[in-house]
Amino acid sequence: MSQDTLFDKVWDLHKVSSLPGGSDQIFIGLHLIHEVTSPQAFGALKDKKLKVKFPHRTVATVDHIVPTDNQSRPFKDNLAEQMIETLEKNCLEHKIRFFNIGSGNQGIVHVVAPELGLTQPGMTIACGDSHTSTHGAFGSIAFGIGTSQVRDVLATQTLAMNKLKVRQIWCENKLSKGVYAKDLVLHIINKLGVKAGVGFAYEFAGPAIDELSMEERMTICNMSIEGGARCGYINPDKKTFSYIKNKLCAPKNENWDKALRWWELLKSDENSIYDDVIKLDASKVEPTVTWGITPGQSISINEHIPLLDELSPNDKLVAKEAYEYMSFKPGQLIKDTPVDVCFIGSCTNGRISDLRVAAKVLKGKKVSNNVKAFAVPGSEKVATEAKQEGIDQIFKDSGFQWREPGCSMCLAMNSDKLIGNQVSASSSNRNFKGRQGSPSGRTLLMSPAMVAAAAINGKVSDVREFIN
Amino acid sequence: MKSEFTSPIGKISNMNGQCISLIGNDIDTDRIIPARFLKCVNFDSLGESVFEDDRKTLKGKHPFDLEENKNASILVVNSNFGCGSSREHAPQALMRWGIQAIIGESFADIFYSNCIAIGIPCFTLPKKSIEEMQNYCDNQFLFLEIDLKKSLAKSKELNFNLEIKESSRKMFLSGEWDATSTLLENENLIEKKFNLLPYVKFNTKLS
Repeated sequence: MSQDTLFDKVWDLHKVSSLPGGSDQIFIGLHLIHEVTSPQAFGALKDKKLKVKFPHRTVATVDHIVPTDNQSRPFKDNLAEQMIETLEKNCLEHKIRFFNIGSGNQGIVHVVAPELGLTQPGMTIACGDSHTSTHGAFGSIAFGIGTSQVRDVLATQTLAMNKLKVRQIWCENKLSKGVYAKDLVLHIINKLGVKAGVGFAYEFAGPAIDELSMEERMTICNMSIEGGARCGYINPDKKTFSYIKNKLCAPKNENWDKALRWWELLKSDENSIYDDVIKLDASKVEPTVTWGITPGQSISINEHIPLLDELSPNDKLVAKEAYEYMSFKPGQLIKDTPVDVCFIGSCTNGRISDLRVAAKVLKGKKVSNNVKAFAVPGSEKVATEAKQEGIDQIFKDSGFQWREPGCSMCLAMNSDKLIGNQVSASSSNRNFKGRQGSPSGRTLLMSPAMVAAAAINGKVSDVREFIN
Repeated sequence: MKSEFTSPIGKISNMNGQCISLIGNDIDTDRIIPARFLKCVNFDSLGESVFEDDRKTLKGKHPFDLEENKNASILVVNSNFGCGSSREHAPQALMRWGIQAIIGESFADIFYSNCIAIGIPCFTLPKKSIEEMQNYCDNQFLFLEIDLKKSLAKSKELNFNLEIKESSRKMFLSGEWDATSTLLENENLIEKKFNLLPYVKFNTKLS
């Protein structure tokens, strides 16, 4: 059992009681909600005649269902309109702060909370969305929950949970040029497998992690869940603190000093005990692309799609399914695979630094005629910053469509969808069957820079050929 | 799709029913219920859409479409079932189709918690036993009587010692799987904990 890790410390700090069944009752410091997984929870509160216990500790935004082409109200899609109206009504009734479209702070919940300074070290954070692990980048313990648990947090600000084990993933050296956080996390998931993290929190550590910016760290923690780990985190450091400083909800003045004194002590002890430790060399990671139907089925850009014989017995069943669904032949190269759609956005890679990197690749170039390319900023703030920097214009000049903020084609709950068996090069997090809105649509996950390169060439490309 | 749906309430200790086998590893919640069906403010109509895209692809040959499975209530799956999105809509859709318990090699964490929270016990068994069950289901009906107290599943010919997290087992037997009221019992402790949290004192309050 782990001892003295950041996870242990934050867990113990928030433990309210040991429940009769043996699980722990954990206080949730910050609860984030959105339109998709909250309406039934509010409904259940009403049925049980309960109130929201700490309305100030829940914050709402709208992201999954919002259209990215025309956000004027009412939305064209009646169901989407009904969902945003329900959230508006619930927030008003329960006095929950709601960052709605046009507030200047709306966006994907996992982009917005860090931007507002809501996400802070040492907190427990829960949200009805599996990518809540993103917030672990700040040294918080953050995890996704289902709707019944959203109800429990609303009603009690606590959850019944079993403590997770802790696996440290130590990343030695540095990422090479043209290789990004997305490549590193895809690599980790490939090496460990998509279910290795079940029952674990992942602590990402080592020189390669220290080197990453806060936004890159969010990309890493965001995809912990794709490796099966409900929670992923990174010990906070100076970068963490300076990212938070001066944000809207960050501690101010003498409170900042108090916060800093506490945060500086918040980290895994040098001699803390882990349930497991994995070490890998980040300098060996290359631009990585998924070829299959799970985020673990990835290869580096110059590799061939694995033959059945090259896979472990446990991976063969899903590999067979993947060859068939993707119409790929075992042994074929992933490089030069033609793509139909290029998508840059999502809670994984829809932040300003992601757009900057992609813009650098796109500048002065044109998107291939065969490709539909679109960029969806992660939040209104990201969109504003991009405009101030002229990034939106670089995207538009290259032939990308520039959209309004939202989750968009990461999960295709709005009208941004693949058609038929189109192949998409996507900066999002899941390549599941049908994930991007068409039951036969095919998704290749990669970094935003690699998506930009694919958009220009109309096929999967090595972004290192575009940058000096 | 069964006719009348009622949510489970209170203590859960026995489940008897026919098994339905679904073969495959890493079956994610997008497949269990595609995202377009999440555009709803209640769970009521999800049952009919469970595995919608997989079922369409298999044109009537999906286990959830086979006539002989229409009364099944115990789902038998392989490893990492329910990975991906945290959508509770996935177990809600399974439950509304008629599933009351799931036996598998392993489950994704969030899916597992969601099942517990809505009253679907999830049991694990080694790969070999799951395959034995699934092979049996291929050829004939497998009816199981599950005794949660003993963690035992019995049929005419086969017996299985099921595994389930001890905390989950206790919660079903006591009825505390429906956690809200249990959590609320500690109201004083919750207030106390809140007041002790360092960040509560230095945070800038949202107005």
